Amino acid sequence: MTGSPFLDSLRWLGDPAHWTGADGIPLRTLEHLGYTALGVLVAALLAVPVGLYVGHSGRFKGIAVAAAGAARALPTLGLVTLFALLVGIGLTAPLLSFVILAIPSLLAGAYTAVESADPATVDAARAQGMTEWQILTRVEIPLGMPLLVGGFRGATVQVVATAMLAAYVGSGGLGRFIFQGLGSQNYPQMIAGSLLVIVLALILDLSLLLAQRLTVPAGARAS
Amino acid sequence: MTWVLENLDVIAGYTGAHLLQALPPILVAFLLSLPLAKLANSRGWLRTSVTTTSSLMYAIPSLPLFVLLPGLIGTGVRSPANIIIALSLYGLALMVPTASDAFRSVSRDVLGSATAQGYAPRARFVQVELPLAGPALLAGVRVVAVSTISLVTVGGVLGVPSLGMLFVDGVRRGIAAEIAAGIVATVLLALLTDALLVLLGRATMPWTRRQEVGSS
Repeated sequence: MTGSPFLDSLRWLGDPAHWTGADGIPLRTLEHLGYTALGVLVAALLAVPVGLYVGHSGRFKGIAVAAAGAARALPTLGLVTLFALLVGIGLTAPLLSFVILAIPSLLAGAYTAVESADPATVDAARAQGMTEWQILTRVEIPLGMPLLVGGFRGATVQVVATAMLAAYVGSGGLGRFIFQGLGSQNYPQMIAGSLLVIVLALILDLSLLLAQRLTVPAGARAS
Repeated sequence: MTWVLENLDVIAGYTGAHLLQALPPILVAFLLSLPLAKLANSRGWLRTSVTTTSSLMYAIPSLPLFVLLPGLIGTGVRSPANIIIALSLYGLALMVPTASDAFRSVSRDVLGSATAQGYAPRARFVQVELPLAGPALLAGVRVVAVSTISLVTVGGVLGVPSLGMLFVDGVRRGIAAEIAAGIVATVLLALLTDALLVLLGRATMPWTRRQEVGSS
């Protein structure tokens, strides 16, 4: 670690050889994004309907809150390595962990989104003769959309970070650069890989933040 | 299970190292968040920029940050100092916006009447504002504590000793019980710390005993 590891890592990033092929930065980035999308999507299919039900009916809220709290204590690395041992090296183990880690944010986002609708507004909708399904899809979900997207944002940020650990148990993604660098004492490569993951995470976070702002219904925008 | 019983001393050693890396960030995040939140609340634009910076900071994945810090502050990659500093930053990213909201939730009328009753600014802060913001602050510290204790394990892949080493060692040697022990120990440590914080909150804020403040 002599000189400036940061300049060396910039040199590593500037090397055209690192931008092509199966181990190139573009392909690893796509893999990373793919893992993230898959993890969040599977988790959303499981968690969002449950969250909407909990928020609309007010039932099982205690369980949902407790599950979200307990999940925060679960060490990601532990899940990834345990599943890797149980189901073998590959993508299944990391994917299982991504789903488990993404569920709490999505669940919380969905039930707080539905809950955030003003009870007076919901009652007014009911008095107008809307069915429960119509209240959920036409009143509660649109009003709570920013919170729902916020849940997606939290889950995505979590999974992008975790997706790096996929490389630890034999899969691809940007974590490859970090773990290869760690194995060969190549600190500039580790820094370069780290910078790539950080930039990717920030871009995703900012895009979803923007989406969160844009999904506020026109009628509910604060004056 | 036999692995656990035969290696209790190993687990205990890693638990100690784990706590030494987890407690300073929790303390730093709490103590530093108070002045930072007060400062942020003093100006509208400052508050917005602090909130935005915090949310971006929290989006940075932990392992890359652990890798980057040595180059920035001149420590070794395997030094616990990197973990402690990085986790303090995450803790602040979570805690400053929470503390800012907590102080803002204290009614201005109450603060005004305290001033009218003759409280000096510092006494008003310590005896009126801080206790009223207390329950919200406690909820924030609980979140910081649990997530910090969980994140310490990530240092294991870089070779920094903590309960995370049980994952690294377990996957290398193919011992599932070792990994499971690491997960259970980490979760237990987090829940225990959380419970202690709740008790601490009840002791220091006796008026909250009736209306329990849950973590969000």
